[in-house]
Amino acid sequence: MSITRKVSRLAVLTLAAGFMAAPVLAQPIHLEDVAELSGGGATVGTNFKNGADLAIAEINAKGGILGHKIEITHADSQSNPGVARALVQKALDNNPYVLLGPGYSGSVKVTESLAAKAGIANIMGGEAAELTQTGNEYVFRTSFGQQSTMPKVARYIAEEIKAKTVAVVWVNNDFGKGGRDVINAEFAKRGIKVVADLSTEAGQVDFAADVLKVKNAAPDAVFVYLNEDESARALKELKRQGVTVPLIGETTLTGQKVIDLAGGAAEGALAHVGLTTDAPIPAVQEFRKNFAAKYNYVPDHNGIKGYLAIYVIKAVTEKMGKVDPANFAKTLHGMTIRAKDEPGILMDVTYDEHGDIDRQGFLVEVKDGKQVVKTILPKMVP
Amino acid sequence: MSTQRLLTLLGLTLGVLLLLVAPFWMSKYQLYVVSLWAVMSIAAIGLNLTLGYAGQVSLAQGVFVGVGAYTGAIMTTNGMPMAAALVVAVVLCFAIGWALGYPALRVQHHYLAFVTLAFSTLGYLVFRNEEWLTKGIYGIVDVPRPMLLGVQAESNLRFYFVCILSLAIVSFGVWWLIRSPWGRAFVALRENPIRALSLGVDTRRYTLMAFAIGSCLGGVAGVIYAPLVEFIDPSPFTLDLSLKLLMMVIVGGSGFFAGPYLGAAIAVLLPEVLRFTEGYYLLIYAAFVMILMIISPTGLLGILDRYLTARSTRKASAARAALSASFGDQT
Amino acid sequence: MSTLISLIVSGCATGAIYALVAIGFTLLWQTSQTINFAQGEFVMLPAFFMLAGMNMGMPFWLAILVGTAISVAILGAAFKRALVDPMLRHGALPLAIATMALSIMMKEGVKEFYGAEAQPFPSLIPAIDLHFLGATISTQSLGLLAVGVAAVLALQYLLNSTSVGRQMQATAQNPNVARILGIPVERMVMYSFIINAILVSVASVLVTPLYLAKFSSGETLGLAAFIAAIVGGFNQVRGAILGGILLGITDNLAATYISTQYRSAVPLALLIAVILFRPQGLLGTAEERTV
Repeated sequence: MSITRKVSRLAVLTLAAGFMAAPVLAQPIHLEDVAELSGGGATVGTNFKNGADLAIAEINAKGGILGHKIEITHADSQSNPGVARALVQKALDNNPYVLLGPGYSGSVKVTESLAAKAGIANIMGGEAAELTQTGNEYVFRTSFGQQSTMPKVARYIAEEIKAKTVAVVWVNNDFGKGGRDVINAEFAKRGIKVVADLSTEAGQVDFAADVLKVKNAAPDAVFVYLNEDESARALKELKRQGVTVPLIGETTLTGQKVIDLAGGAAEGALAHVGLTTDAPIPAVQEFRKNFAAKYNYVPDHNGIKGYLAIYVIKAVTEKMGKVDPANFAKTLHGMTIRAKDEPGILMDVTYDEHGDIDRQGFLVEVKDGKQVVKTILPKMVP
Repeated sequence: MSTQRLLTLLGLTLGVLLLLVAPFWMSKYQLYVVSLWAVMSIAAIGLNLTLGYAGQVSLAQGVFVGVGAYTGAIMTTNGMPMAAALVVAVVLCFAIGWALGYPALRVQHHYLAFVTLAFSTLGYLVFRNEEWLTKGIYGIVDVPRPMLLGVQAESNLRFYFVCILSLAIVSFGVWWLIRSPWGRAFVALRENPIRALSLGVDTRRYTLMAFAIGSCLGGVAGVIYAPLVEFIDPSPFTLDLSLKLLMMVIVGGSGFFAGPYLGAAIAVLLPEVLRFTEGYYLLIYAAFVMILMIISPTGLLGILDRYLTARSTRKASAARAALSASFGDQT
Repeated sequence: MSTLISLIVSGCATGAIYALVAIGFTLLWQTSQTINFAQGEFVMLPAFFMLAGMNMGMPFWLAILVGTAISVAILGAAFKRALVDPMLRHGALPLAIATMALSIMMKEGVKEFYGAEAQPFPSLIPAIDLHFLGATISTQSLGLLAVGVAAVLALQYLLNSTSVGRQMQATAQNPNVARILGIPVERMVMYSFIINAILVSVASVLVTPLYLAKFSSGETLGLAAFIAAIVGGFNQVRGAILGGILLGITDNLAATYISTQYRSAVPLALLIAVILFRPQGLLGTAEERTV
């Protein structure tokens, strides 16, 4: 090798290194996530965390947001609002670009005002209706709030199934009680009588007593609002005791996992679904495949929430054209993110002035062990 | 003054100075965590009184914290002062503690643990289900921070001093209590109940008293916890909290005055110290507790105590040897 | 009437699960005064050993055998040697605390190394619904009940009618006297830990199809077994089965006739009532007062 060639090669190498170093020199975007990584909400928080990590890995592999790499710190709220508050305080002390989480509505209630005081946008996983109704200008959802899903379910039960009486089976926690209160109010508005109102425990195994009560009340339809594992057990027991009226749920009831666990018992179950990895959308299927490849399991809707949160941050930042925490919340209010511009958002979504979302939903039915979309409920603002 | 006394005094002075001066340099988060430590310490001190001094195993300390927290939250959100809530919580916890211990002590020693375990779960159900009173799973939002001596303790720094001051008052009270005849009766009870009985100690009354007073301190911790978090829902007050408090007391060293402070510090601050291990801190904490129990069932202070005792015996025997040697010279 | 029968039948089925877990619990208490707060996690873990075996390509039956063997080694022998032995002389409390820590460790370990998601688990007994007297019961529940009763009978036989069993009983009643009589006390205690490990493995195989393999599935189970053991009689193996079934039925009846929100309170009230009026448990014998 001649000297000149050596020199020119060195020059090229230096130049290349210089170019490669340029994006690395840009300040990384720092995010803080407070999630339920242990305790009762561990499944929720772990899914959220993994979803977020997957999105960050994807974005960083493509050079980050506007050339900035993303870095994230996850903290464990232990599913306890008191701890969540401490960690959110700590997260805010670190001056993050955006705060992610928590997933439990109770924890969000404690933490959302802290984020607002600090003027930092908070993209969280809670679904309780009141979270976005306190006039907080910094809180954003990743999924439908119960105040927007339950009316759709109630309408379907009233208009399509034409039920006059209904039994409600719900899990007595943060998630279940909130949904039950909203839908019972909707039933009252529509003149549907709740003939059995059954609270169950998280982790409950034996649903015999609850289903017997449903059977004895002889309703026209049953609304089942439980977590995945319990949904499967309830479906099995409903079938075993010969309850044949329509079974309707929200998101969890017709997940592929529930179908697999319940065997044939899920057949014919109906549900309104906002976020689901079973959605017949190529982008969602692609996400599901990538997630399963990385973590060795199929995520629930909380996994999608974490994933979407990161892509919302990407879309907002690219729209602003710079990393500007002060204007983040303002930009996101009223913003529409389209899947054709930002494939990571999976489905078109619009944020309103409260931080609630508008996105298409699905009415699905379980047929032959698969979730089949009956109706697509379009976005309200196309 | 013995080395041990000197060490204690030195540690105490340093600790107090640190708690008084350091907050001015602490971030909001650090203030909050140390405040949380103070609250958990108060609850653990109460349990230490029940367990460490009177030898009664309670698995319900978490519920008493819950009773205190709900009393505080309900009363202060309805415009009543925190001091009134404190009085109500103390009376309530004392009464519940007494009522709970009474039947259990009719029978046998370890049944108190079983009854309190059942009560722990029952308490959680009441917090969750009695929506008219506790707002159920929605919880009570915006629990106000108190006005004390004309000063609004709204900021994190001011409320930090409320927590530390409360801890100081409780510490002093308990320090006084265990030196009083009552405290000596508690210890007599733990060491040998039958001997205590034969010496004329009304064992049942003192056992109940120790349990009820310990429960009260749980309530006190709760009354401070509510405005610290500014939100209360049932989720923190499960059996888990009771077990955690029990672990704090045992890990620190039950029956040692400083045990609860140390145990609470480890439980509250450890996740912070072990942050670099990502998700593994609970695994490490659990492993640490198991190893500690194997090495020293009397907790961390048990190790220190054994070391100091061994040293003083060595010293004493050295002194004896020297003494007998000098006597030897004379004879 | 058919409602009541249904409730009782399904209560028995759930109760059989509690009973199976509670038996081992009482056994450990009797022989070594171990209050095992990790008993629920002891049932949760073997299923994961078995799942790991199946993931390596083992057939189900082999995975069960290997899983049980690992459980006997870890949850039986290693648990006793590493944790119980060094602490035995310090009384029940430090050991109880250590088992609490162990339960945290097992839950967190499974979550970290296997994930937080519930995994399905194949059922050994095919689920067929049988109908009688207007009630429906699945063969799975019947199988559970049968195995639970069989386990108690086998244990009773072992304890009362074999030499090893009588030596174990002697050890349980008074280890010092047993030692003087030349009974290898250490070995007897070890047997009880191994029996417990086998019992939880059996329970794990039977229960996991219903409870699913999940890091947290031992929580409710452990507490229920604890209550069942106390209600039935902490010092009697056969008490556990009565306690378990009673608990299962009470839970169902409470949910139907009292309040679904307070369903889990009723078994606890039962526990307190038993302690008040029959502290030795329904089938237990009064313990001597220890000082």
